[in-house]
Amino acid sequence: MKLVAVTSCPTGIAHTYMAAESIEQAAAAAGHSITVETQGAAGADPIPADVIAAADAVIFAADVEVRGRARFAGKPVVTAPVKRAINDGPGLIAEAVAAAEAAVAAAAAGAGGTAAAPAGPAAAGHAAPAAGLTTKVDQDAGFGTRLRQWLMTGVSYMIPFVAAGGILIAISFIMGGPQVATKVFGGTFHGHVYPAAVTGIEGFTIAPVLHAAGLAGLLFLIGKIAFFMLVPVLAGFIAFAMADRMGLVPGFVGGLVATATGAGFLGGLIAGLLAGAVVMLLKRPRVPRALAGIMPVVVIPLVSTAVVGVIMAVAVGRPVAAATAAMTTWLHGLSGTNAAALGMLLGAMMAFDLGGPVNKVAYTFGLASLASGDTKIMAAVMAAGMTPPVACALASVVRKRLFTPAERTAGEAAWLLGLSFITEGAIPFAAGDPLRVIPSLMAGSAVTGGLSMAFGATSLAPHGGIWVIGLIGKPGLWAVAIAAGICVSAVCLVALKSLRRTAIAAESAANNIGVPESTRVAVGAS
Amino acid sequence: MTSPIITPDLVDLSLEADSRHDATRQLARLLAGQGRVTDLDGFLADVAAREAQMPTGIEGGIGIPHARSAYVTEPSLAFARSKAGVDYGAADGPAHLIFLIAAPEGGGAQHMTILAALARRLVHASFREALATAPDAPTVVDIVTKEVLGS
Repeated sequence: MKLVAVTSCPTGIAHTYMAAESIEQAAAAAGHSITVETQGAAGADPIPADVIAAADAVIFAADVEVRGRARFAGKPVVTAPVKRAINDGPGLIAEAVAAAEAAVAAAAAGAGGTAAAPAGPAAAGHAAPAAGLTTKVDQDAGFGTRLRQWLMTGVSYMIPFVAAGGILIAISFIMGGPQVATKVFGGTFHGHVYPAAVTGIEGFTIAPVLHAAGLAGLLFLIGKIAFFMLVPVLAGFIAFAMADRMGLVPGFVGGLVATATGAGFLGGLIAGLLAGAVVMLLKRPRVPRALAGIMPVVVIPLVSTAVVGVIMAVAVGRPVAAATAAMTTWLHGLSGTNAAALGMLLGAMMAFDLGGPVNKVAYTFGLASLASGDTKIMAAVMAAGMTPPVACALASVVRKRLFTPAERTAGEAAWLLGLSFITEGAIPFAAGDPLRVIPSLMAGSAVTGGLSMAFGATSLAPHGGIWVIGLIGKPGLWAVAIAAGICVSAVCLVALKSLRRTAIAAESAANNIGVPESTRVAVGAS
Repeated sequence: MTSPIITPDLVDLSLEADSRHDATRQLARLLAGQGRVTDLDGFLADVAAREAQMPTGIEGGIGIPHARSAYVTEPSLAFARSKAGVDYGAADGPAHLIFLIAAPEGGGAQHMTILAALARRLVHASFREALATAPDAPTVVDIVTKEVLGS
């Protein structure tokens, strides 16, 4: 097994080197190779990046903050006080070996049983996910690659939320009938008017939900709550990938603000990147030793959260609200234009941000049309909202190598989510590669929306997807419209992703959420 | 390196001390006596500050008081053996081999390399054993010089 280690101690003249010698001896005795970086008074000789990349596990034997910790991101890490390394080198080596083996097992499980992805030289460093929270970030990569790695880190943590929430919602439809959602949130479904059992996912009481919709209603609500976490988790872990632990708070809060202001997952991408950038900046200046202790726990989270929160609320939230209002007015002014063109426009809007503000405008327009008796627009909107997840799932099956293992896992759930008209199922694909995925999905959904309108398909239900096929007029043609859009999007996805030269398949990594690393306490400074 | 890190004058093979502060002070006096430490109390304060962060005793009966200090003129090692043992805070009992490591504050990396090499030798049982059984001060100096510089 290949190991790397960093040793460091307050003074940097004794324990740093004793610890290094001790674990080198122990590693050699156990038959492992190890490279140790001693961050002491004699100056640190940094471990070459390729040695780190090839390492199976990392040991931090340190009583002060390890410098350049980010270089080891994504590796299984064992952390110990420097004295432990001196007194019990063999024990520490055994722990590192165990951590490496656990990570390999976790990777195999996380990849959903698929064979381990071939790791190219650039990606080898990320092949073994850590036992702790990990990122997929290679510090030496160019900005474009790192940007993508930041996004993919956020996506990989978000995927379980999409799968859990989406499947819960789909199950609630199957259990309680597709009108479950209307029973819970109120509205009109197939001519029935239901009162709202809850006003939102905050501050609700269980009894009215169970009364109105039973267990299915509760499951639906829980699914919705899981969905509420999508954008905060996405933003939080994008920021985490960029700025380590300290990015989490402003990322999550920024993501919550994006959700609260209706900015959707695109708002979440902005929040995550912004939070990461702000924390990176705040970490830069050298601060007096007296202040250094409270920087990571108080100052940086406080300042970054305030900055990101205000920017998200003011610079993103307000324009989104204004644009939403303007688009709604504009859509209503379009009534009476060519039906197929309107369908295409609505379809493209549904796929633009997959549950974000633009999607909501189109969907709300569909609801309003349904309420005023125009059932064709509802059918087009629903159909167009079903194609994106299914198209992503299809593309990830026919061209596996174009998708990361994490995306392929998301694809397995996306079939069901798409067919249930849970458009959010496509977010994991769009968030990791928005510039290629979103146009592809818009093209397919525009085709679906346009065809549905041209065929004159109708829907008496505001949601439910395939589960309300009984309430669809001209269901056969409606299905054809959906299938056509799926094919268009899938072809576009494959085509656009094929144009990329970087081999994504080499970017191994499953979504791995494990136990957080033990919290380390910095003791003084050297 | 102009002068060796250790000379026979910096070795005390029969240290008697009632506390680690006392032991450290006695070793520091040896350094001061050779002009390697310019201000005994100042240097001891630096060592105590380091010791206060975390005890420097390690398992196997070793104590390693040490500091980087402005009062140190060159990288130095003072070594003592204590039959009764001196408590340096190690989990498994008192230290019988005590190494006082003194490094100049502004010492460059080059300067520190020799101390780093010394620290690395300390974890080797053979090195400790040799020092524990060395008959006299010159032998101690020989062992240290050979192990740290020769290899």
